[in-house]
Amino acid sequence: MTDALAGLGRFSLDALRALGHAAFFFVDLLRFSPAALRRFDLVVAQVHAIGNRSLLIIGASGLAVGFVLALQMYYALVTYGAAESLGLVVNLALVRELGPVVAALLFAGRAGTSLTAEIGLMKAGEQLAAMELMAIDPRARVLAPRFLGGIVAMPILALLFSTIGILGAYVVAVLLIGVDAGNFWSIMQAKVDVWRDLGNGIVKSAVFGLICTFVALYQGYECRATPEGVSQATTHTVVIASLGVLCMDFVLTALLFSTP
Amino acid sequence: MSRRITEILVGLFVLLGLLALLFLALKAANLGSFSTEDSYRLSARFDNIGGLKVRAPVRSAGVTVGRVAGITLDAKTYQGVVTMDIRKGLQFPKDSSANILTSGLLGDQYIGIEPGGAEAYLADGATITHTQSALVLENLIGQFLFSKAADAGSAGGAKKP
Repeated sequence: MTDALAGLGRFSLDALRALGHAAFFFVDLLRFSPAALRRFDLVVAQVHAIGNRSLLIIGASGLAVGFVLALQMYYALVTYGAAESLGLVVNLALVRELGPVVAALLFAGRAGTSLTAEIGLMKAGEQLAAMELMAIDPRARVLAPRFLGGIVAMPILALLFSTIGILGAYVVAVLLIGVDAGNFWSIMQAKVDVWRDLGNGIVKSAVFGLICTFVALYQGYECRATPEGVSQATTHTVVIASLGVLCMDFVLTALLFSTP
Repeated sequence: MSRRITEILVGLFVLLGLLALLFLALKAANLGSFSTEDSYRLSARFDNIGGLKVRAPVRSAGVTVGRVAGITLDAKTYQGVVTMDIRKGLQFPKDSSANILTSGLLGDQYIGIEPGGAEAYLADGATITHTQSALVLENLIGQFLFSKAADAGSAGGAKKP
């Protein structure tokens, strides 16, 4: 009985301690970010590693999502004679939700894991310890540029995802099915608001980029410096970042889209 | 050299992002349609605005000439006051009328302006006095049922001696 109680207590304390630890780590990252801005070439290199190298998977997924969304929506809408609204439906779905969320999930899988594994291996190879020995804070030199790079790259990737998705929907709807091209665009333009829909989508994707990069860096920096530790941390990155994105998506949708 | 290549690639990446933003804002959303154009303001009072919403189009002869800027309730007359931004250069006669219409059976509501025949034009900030409220389907059905019932009642009364 007391054992169970002690177990519950230990579990709660551990969870709280990990949360506090992560919060301090987050504050540290924010504190070192201005210094990383001064070494801008490091941030640029990270945007390349995180952003450019994710382009292919983001583009391919966006195209596939746009194709499928257009086809499914066409089958659903054509029964109501509203096939022209196809562009609007696809646009809103992509810009508001699917663009930021799916791009963030892919981002966690494509860029987050590589960040965790890279930093975890740096730790296992005692490169981070060697840096500290030379009085260079690895959080400033290694982590902060990656953090900024992730926050910059993610909204761009989400925008590209939405754009390619809409172009994909155009190909299916207008070129293959034969929906009127003028209506496809004009209904979209009439009903999609730049600030409310597009702006909030960008805010969302920036927050998701922050979450994914932060989780990846934290997992890499705090992993056990063994092969198992690194592999576990990589798995944790995907799971925690994905869940974080999905939870935050609900909160952000409730906050950003609540006002009429 | 490799650093320069990285920088060029990142530049391309950011440029692609900006192009995507431009595409989404201009081609796939409503920036550039109205919000930046010069406009002047008109207002109109309605007994019932129905389901009219802010940013709904204002049309004349079916052509969009402006947008609804705001909807408030007049605390004295209990009428809905609708302010509209109308594109500059388009002027309507003083006795024009504003009606709340519905596009299609289930479509969104918009304001239709019927130009009148007066010589003078509505100036910036003027109020349109001739208005016709939104058609509320429930009221219409209620009236229909009421008149049917009245008909049936009078018909029944006439038949029985």
